[in-house]
Amino acid sequence: MLIETTVNGVPRTLEVEPHELLLDVLRDRLGLTGAKRSCDVQVCGTCTVLIDGKPVSACTTLAHEARGRSVLTIEGLAELPSFARLEETFSRHLALQCGYCTPGMALTVTSLLEAGELSDDEEVVRHALSGNVCRCTGYRAIIDAVRELAR
Amino acid sequence: MTTTPAHPRETGSALGHSVPRKDAAEKLRGRVRYVGDTDVPGMLHGKVLRSEIPAGRIRSIDATAAEAMPGVRCVLVGTDLLDIDPYYGHAIRDRPIIAIDRVRFAGEPVAVVAAETEEQAEAAVRAIRVEYEPTADVDLDAAIAADAPLVHDEPARGGAFHGLGNLPERMGNVCYRYELEWGDIDAAFAAADVVVEGTYDFGSAYQYSMETHACIAQVEGDEITMWANCQHPFLVRAEMAAVFGVPLGNVRIIVPFLGGGFGSKSYTRLEPLTIAVARKAGRPVRVVNRVDEAILTSRQHGARIHLRTAARSDGTLLARQAICLFDTGAYADNGPRVVATAGDSAPGPYRWEAATVVADCVYTNTSPAGSYRAFGAVQQQWAGELQVDEIARRIGMDPLEIRRKNLLRPGEDIRPGGKPLDADLVGDIEKVAANLGWGSAREEWVGRGLSVGVLAAGAHPVSCATVRLEADGHVTVNCGTTEVGQGARTVMPQIAAEVLGLSVDVVRMGGTDTRFTPYDRSTGASRSTTVAGLAVQRAAEDLRRQLEEIGGGEADPADYRALMQEHFGFTGGELIGRADVHPEGSGSYAEGPVFWEVCVAAAEVEVDPDTGVVRARRTATCADVGRAINPAFVERQDEGATMQGLGTGLFEEVLFEGGRLATETLLDYRVPTTLDVPAEMSCVIVENADGPGPFGAKGCGEGALAAVAGAMATALADAGVPMNQMPLTPERVWRRIQMRNDADPEV
Repeated sequence: MLIETTVNGVPRTLEVEPHELLLDVLRDRLGLTGAKRSCDVQVCGTCTVLIDGKPVSACTTLAHEARGRSVLTIEGLAELPSFARLEETFSRHLALQCGYCTPGMALTVTSLLEAGELSDDEEVVRHALSGNVCRCTGYRAIIDAVRELAR
Repeated sequence: MTTTPAHPRETGSALGHSVPRKDAAEKLRGRVRYVGDTDVPGMLHGKVLRSEIPAGRIRSIDATAAEAMPGVRCVLVGTDLLDIDPYYGHAIRDRPIIAIDRVRFAGEPVAVVAAETEEQAEAAVRAIRVEYEPTADVDLDAAIAADAPLVHDEPARGGAFHGLGNLPERMGNVCYRYELEWGDIDAAFAAADVVVEGTYDFGSAYQYSMETHACIAQVEGDEITMWANCQHPFLVRAEMAAVFGVPLGNVRIIVPFLGGGFGSKSYTRLEPLTIAVARKAGRPVRVVNRVDEAILTSRQHGARIHLRTAARSDGTLLARQAICLFDTGAYADNGPRVVATAGDSAPGPYRWEAATVVADCVYTNTSPAGSYRAFGAVQQQWAGELQVDEIARRIGMDPLEIRRKNLLRPGEDIRPGGKPLDADLVGDIEKVAANLGWGSAREEWVGRGLSVGVLAAGAHPVSCATVRLEADGHVTVNCGTTEVGQGARTVMPQIAAEVLGLSVDVVRMGGTDTRFTPYDRSTGASRSTTVAGLAVQRAAEDLRRQLEEIGGGEADPADYRALMQEHFGFTGGELIGRADVHPEGSGSYAEGPVFWEVCVAAAEVEVDPDTGVVRARRTATCADVGRAINPAFVERQDEGATMQGLGTGLFEEVLFEGGRLATETLLDYRVPTTLDVPAEMSCVIVENADGPGPFGAKGCGEGALAAVAGAMATALADAGVPMNQMPLTPERVWRRIQMRNDADPEV
């Protein structure tokens, strides 16, 4: 099926299979490998991308669900001026190690910050990030970085 | 190219600062290409057909339909491997590249399809027909029974890198036994006022590095090139050279960033299977594991520990006896080393008059268990520490006091013939106890626990490094340690910058390519900073000596470029410092380890008696690192290990049903999230400059896992729920509370 969508601000017309996953289209066809594959069951959050500003797991989203909508991946987010503050804050807090979960984490945080759903409150931040697994850092530094960003 | 004239450090030391990660920007921006993100021209996709039964003979494999499917290039089966010696295994060479004639666990690779797309390869895998003749499968209980069916009946062959001396002949399904003995154990038990005895079952966890195993292999004649996410590329290279019968230098492994490892990518994983299918296909092939396949590729050893501890009524610990069974699954993998390390951890770092340890590595028909952070120590420490606390409870002594009284002091023997204790354990446990507010009042169903142990760390101390000064004054560190997330590509430049008096900004380190990068044994056993870092320090010193020779005396970092200009007569050339680290003694396991990593923690937990749910409220760990090259990295290591220890202690468990993996996804296998983080998580960094690494440093990052898992158990026992099964899942804890209530309704 032919769909029209926007990926990182660029209009795209794509021929996709009805069962094709958004993650495969982004990674294999558009070369946007910043979205990572891991759990395949919408638990780990490492495949997170934004559709119309809202975080989704691309591993369990069909490509055609992006029809007529706007997809933002880490490659697009990193080009936006607003990214600099997140980048600096995560780096300063050392809120990343192996980096595999980091793009998904950055997209989730950006979306929730823009929606005004984050605050300096520890519990708010913990609940907001509970869909993004990080196996390296122990989360403490990530929570601290996000609380600072939400201030 | 930058044209700044010189790059001396402005002030102070390059060490002891939390220098930001050099790879932060590329990781945050999603620009890092892990192996699974990498394409090679002409590359096919490989998918693996795995055995559906835990044990049996393969009667036939019919791949004709699969081979005829669209996009399919070839199907690899066991009979394709008859021109080579297709067995690998660094400890025991017991594992075929894919199953040959028989299968030993459900999930064992039986065939591999190479096709133009992943989808085509998956479809073809489903079209392969395999006829099995099932045979009896064994779990740990069945495997050690008299006349148990043997998981392996072929003669045992030692692998190249077990590092444990001559491996003994198998005893039934026991493929390796580690024994320790000192003092008169019978006399010590006879002299005891208190004896505690129990059997403890430790479940198997899964490392879950978020990036699963991935490998691309390309075979051209007798040249093998791989892009692989292995922690130990030089050991994999040697194993693959032996299996495929080519010289070492013909095997080239390129290792980019790893998306975590934690031991799951230690030693050889997907590499032989990927090379074999690429060899048959005549084109490069990429194989990437799904999570369920990753669990089947490597997991933690489950264990059963029978333990006895003897003490005097004044709190003097006298003797300990440990009989340990480790379930290594269908292939030995790193089991022998896990078991040896566990044997070293089994007594616990106390001043025993006598101790005996017998630790067995047992084959079963389940997926192979290998390395997971703090292996050996994590299976033992909780059990030993529960018994220390039980003794303290019976004689009315405080748990901190009994440890203070009996813990070994620096210089005392952990075991006869090995390296003496090189850490201040009493100081360490006092620090974590203080951080937890030890001794203050606590509510009902809240408990506090301590946990102390040591872990044989450093593996075999062999690392080489070069430090290369370019004509523009920039420096490249070449060192084969893998960047798994620990921060090696920032810490190694810090070490070189310190020696050379340069700013860390002008020193870089890239990934490993075994064709060019100097040899490093492995990235694990907390050895990167300690062993590879020492090689980098020495290589940087060698470079500095060369500069001093050129300058005829002191070499000021501001003059490096001028010295090079003078030496080479133009703006070019390069100076390369080189060095290695090798064992000072024989390098044998008995003489080791390189250092004893401390496993020290305290925790406060609360248990809900109605549901059995245990939550960690506070944790305190101690990173006794000798010298913190980068303090924030040290903290992050401890915090990450804390959460893995919490998961291992409370809920992470790989389960099998009827010999088949039951926890196939992260829905069944839960890992800690932000909601599990203790409200307070503290890490004390101890710097006594007592490590064998650069500037007195020694490794960290594993000890906290074993310590925190242990502290979950000791804290829960303090809350009134002593458990002899780990993880401390709600169901088990709830049942234990019911048993207690049934026994004494007043409690």
